[in-house]
Amino acid sequence: MSPASAGGIAAIERHPLPIALRGERRRLGDSVFGAAVALTGGVVLLVLAAMVVFLVLQGLPAMRHYGFFSSITSQRWAPSEASATLSTPNPYGIVQFIYGTVLTSLIGMVIAVPLAVGAALVITDVAPRRLRRPLSSLVDLLAAVPSVVYGFWGLFALIPAIRPVVDFITSTLGTVPVIGVPFGGPFFGVSYFTAGLVLAIMILPIIAAVCREVFRSTPRNEKEAAVALGATRWEMIRIAVLPRARSGIVGASLIGLGRAVGETIAVTMVIGNAVLHINPSIFDQGATMSSVIANEFTEATEPFHLESLFVVGFWLLIVALVVNMLARVVVRRGVSL
Amino acid sequence: MGDRSTGRSWFSVMLPAIPVLAVGLSACGSGAGSSGVPSATPSPLCAGVNTPPGHTNGVASVSGGASSLSGAGGTFVAPMMSIWSAAYNTSDHVQVAYQSVGSGAGIAQVQAATVDFGESDAFMTDSDIAKAKGPVVQTPLVQAPVVVAYNLPEITSGLHFDGETVGKIFAGQITTWNDPAIKKLNPNVNVPNLPIAVVHRSDGSGTTFIFSDFLTKESPTWVSALGGKDKSVGKTIAWPVGIGGKGNEGVSAAVGQNSGGIGYLELSYAVAQNLTYADVKNKAGSFIQPCVKTAANATAGITDYPPDLRIDVVDVSTDADAYPITGLTWALVYQKQTDAAKAAALVNFFNYVLTKGQDVAATADYTPLGADLQKLCVGQLRKITLNGTPVAA
Repeated sequence: MSPASAGGIAAIERHPLPIALRGERRRLGDSVFGAAVALTGGVVLLVLAAMVVFLVLQGLPAMRHYGFFSSITSQRWAPSEASATLSTPNPYGIVQFIYGTVLTSLIGMVIAVPLAVGAALVITDVAPRRLRRPLSSLVDLLAAVPSVVYGFWGLFALIPAIRPVVDFITSTLGTVPVIGVPFGGPFFGVSYFTAGLVLAIMILPIIAAVCREVFRSTPRNEKEAAVALGATRWEMIRIAVLPRARSGIVGASLIGLGRAVGETIAVTMVIGNAVLHINPSIFDQGATMSSVIANEFTEATEPFHLESLFVVGFWLLIVALVVNMLARVVVRRGVSL
Repeated sequence: MGDRSTGRSWFSVMLPAIPVLAVGLSACGSGAGSSGVPSATPSPLCAGVNTPPGHTNGVASVSGGASSLSGAGGTFVAPMMSIWSAAYNTSDHVQVAYQSVGSGAGIAQVQAATVDFGESDAFMTDSDIAKAKGPVVQTPLVQAPVVVAYNLPEITSGLHFDGETVGKIFAGQITTWNDPAIKKLNPNVNVPNLPIAVVHRSDGSGTTFIFSDFLTKESPTWVSALGGKDKSVGKTIAWPVGIGGKGNEGVSAAVGQNSGGIGYLELSYAVAQNLTYADVKNKAGSFIQPCVKTAANATAGITDYPPDLRIDVVDVSTDADAYPITGLTWALVYQKQTDAAKAAALVNFFNYVLTKGQDVAATADYTPLGADLQKLCVGQLRKITLNGTPVAA
């Protein structure tokens, strides 16, 4: 919290409910409004709580059977090896899915954040004035594209386009011992990397749209002051725009990250759905927590299969909550910088 | 703001979104499927038109049937089911709403009695039936071959495969196309030195069940790689290698996109995607191209059908012209019906499917039931009762 806004809250607290203080009768509309808002707010909390309880209850049989932490200490998912009586080893290990979720989101962020910041700067400070509005709406339009379309596009357009580049990487860097392992081939199109790339393109417009608003809020006089002092365009952005926007950029990125972590259908279409274990190369196939749920719930007929998918859902919720809380901490720290 | 004068130069450098879009536009023309080459000349076994079986041995139509039926089950039979329900609606004005949700979900919905009939590519086991609300009549509806499709741009004729070689490929023990095992089966083909991209289903699937059933029967390597016969066959498999594609469509897309790709598909999807598929060695030792005719032979010579018709026909027939990876798909109906209108409609619909419905199967690349089996299936319909008396006359 900046000192100014903290002071603002304190000021309000010193004069609570000015209307009531004036001794006037509270209007009916106010109480109805108050009750309605409390109700809707309460429903949101209730739904969240109900969701957690539901996931735990549904997953409980599997957690009881195999032990609470056994799923997050194993990286082998083999429903066909499950039996109704055997409880060790747990055939529903989910470490590889957590790895897949984190890795694809990370690839997405590394690619999308710089591009989005650049795109937002173009819109607010660089592009010719008459192009800014169309560019701006174009970015908003991209954010509205349904994810299944991104998945389709990734499968049929992106993969053929990146294949020569990736083939080059796997045949050069990928053949180096040790450091080459994460870049090893052969590349069959669908992979962790492809999923990360599709995620990058999906979250780019979201991050860019938020960054655009953040950059737009830079005080005009500071920009003019920088230019007046002889700063070039780049120096003006560096001195006047970026320092103020740091926490905004972080916040925007975390909104993007939130979408990347939970994204299901587009990732399912391009990640390759290798559920058995972690594959070391980013050009190999993998799976994420949401993709395995989407793939398997319709035919989850093995013992504890469906229950274990609920366990995956539970841990996905936990990962999402951790990402969100981390986001809050980072944003808060960003503000105090 | 003072940004008017230098705007253009920066603009050209710093617009990262545009090249990303351009990639999409330029690459749009090169989608999957375009690389697939249709199988070369059909083998003599598959040539010629498919004669409709023209079965007339159905039960007499039961009057007072309901005007709608709901069903749920495998995606494998969904294209066939949509043809049947459309034709049946035209001829008998009964709407059949079929949810293609997967065989497992189909069984689950039968157990919960939320649909009038279920459908599955693997019949209900005793433990499945124990969870249901009563005895279940199961009848095969149609036969269908699962093909081994591959993408090798220079090889347009059917490669020859045997079960052990396919098993080694899907177990990850053969990783390049010019492996001696593949060369040995195809001495006259110049197999390229390409890595093999194995493609399998990522969702639970009856197609996987039929395919893994075949591998389990023919490939000791497959069985030992998966850790025993109880783990090497099923609707879900712990695939040691490969790309998981969602649905038959996902598999055909992944095979079509990758030079060197190999996957298993239901025949109709491979035909629709123009994918090349292999001739597979059968029990008699001949390499057979999958088609309606050779799949029909897969039940030829089987006489010992169990009374409940729960039989595994994959790789069983010793007929010289039988395509071995051929499976059945089952309808699941409660034996003791309680609603007279629904019971009549169920018997009428499945009577249509087992008689006139068999005639249209080949048009969708499904295989009509063999004559012996079809007779027994009609017999299953007679087992459906309403308050203790058979519904069919």
